[in-house]
Amino acid sequence: MTIVDYGIGNLFSVTRAFETCGATVRLTASHEYIEDAERLVLPGVGAFEDGMKGLRQRGQTDAVKRFIATGRPFLGICVGMQLLLDVGEEFGEHPGLGVIPGRVKAVPRTGADGRPHRIPHIGWNILVPPLNSPDWSRGLLRELTPEPAVYFVHSFAPVPDDDQYRVADCIYDGRRISAVIGSGNTYGCQFHPEKSGPAGLRIVKNFLVL
Amino acid sequence: MANLRLIARLDIKGPNLIKGVHLEGLRVMGDPQEFARSYYEQGADELIYMDIVASLYGRNNLTDIVRRAANDIFVPLTVGGGVRTVDDVNTLLRVGADKVAINTAAVARPGLITEVARRYGSQCMVLSVEAKRVAAERWEAYTDNGREKTGLDVIEWVRRAESLGAGEVLLTSVDQEGTRKGFDLTLVRAVTETVTIPVIASGGLGTVDHLVEVVKAGADAVAIADALHYKRLGLREVRAAAKSAGFGVRVA
Repeated sequence: MTIVDYGIGNLFSVTRAFETCGATVRLTASHEYIEDAERLVLPGVGAFEDGMKGLRQRGQTDAVKRFIATGRPFLGICVGMQLLLDVGEEFGEHPGLGVIPGRVKAVPRTGADGRPHRIPHIGWNILVPPLNSPDWSRGLLRELTPEPAVYFVHSFAPVPDDDQYRVADCIYDGRRISAVIGSGNTYGCQFHPEKSGPAGLRIVKNFLVL
Repeated sequence: MANLRLIARLDIKGPNLIKGVHLEGLRVMGDPQEFARSYYEQGADELIYMDIVASLYGRNNLTDIVRRAANDIFVPLTVGGGVRTVDDVNTLLRVGADKVAINTAAVARPGLITEVARRYGSQCMVLSVEAKRVAAERWEAYTDNGREKTGLDVIEWVRRAESLGAGEVLLTSVDQEGTRKGFDLTLVRAVTETVTIPVIASGGLGTVDHLVEVVKAGADAVAIADALHYKRLGLREVRAAAKSAGFGVRVA
């Protein structure tokens, strides 16, 4: 499997998580290797715009899009996931890869009770099925323990145009936030599987057998 | 709020995990990796590593320890002590740290907070504050493990640091640290009411009751050091107590 090095993110931890789960990892900035990958991971930490800039400056944007178009397994993590959408609203509006229709919007500044809450949303939160009740028995989230807690650290989150792209949500002070999005073998996690203990490693393992 | 985070704090001197009282009077505990592994397996939500002699050398010496940790520990790692520049931050992130905790260098040059937040995101920029009580409801920020005064009022300082881009506060009470007599609850309340970013309370936990008190005072996360290192408390026990007090915690 291949991890895209586009100048942002904690690549060491992502690499180690996949290696621990038995993968042979190629870390690359080369658009050729990206396009030829068997499985591709786009990690990421930081702002949306910096992420797109990182891909563009290295000439990787089209390679990532072409890889996704093949239908081979793809996993975006945090900002790497957010880039899948049409537009990011962090520090102004910025176009994304447009693979999954929708926008990346600020996490609501208040809880469901209308009171301000902590932003960024930092910490462990439980994955819950979205309202469309997708099938977790197959794919990225199969065989997780009940109420899987994973590690989030973010101020922005994806809002897909259509519920069919929602694979898992989390609830932050009564606010439903999209935590995993997907379309076929293309997945994105708002949380960090590489920092989510055994539940995160289970997701990494699942990705390796998609 | 998000789930309460239970964090194991490891203070490091050279190759060793150490433990002191009031951030002084150090005692060697052993190989940090062994302790860290054990805390990860017990379900610690995060780990904090602090190089407590960094100021002697003028730099952070934890890269090897962090690299070993990140090799097989898959929870967030915060690293502090002697982090002075954006390059220092970069070095630590490259070996597997997720966040850096900065005290002295931010006091000397508050603009560093903004530089780190812009470059790596505010979630990465943890302001480390060593607070010493100077009056009933007043605290002064200290550096160098509670030895050097800064003249900064803690409440003013955290407010300013938040506006400069800090994403989290690691709040250590110099008075309570290592005493196992409980947290400085007035301090925790004052700081959590001042900022909207998450606050990690550190220093003083001796019993599970202390944990309950400090969360009620507003702490978003609790750092535990010697109670764990001396095995006076286990993380499972702490988690169970938090749960029965009605706090959301991770099912680990």
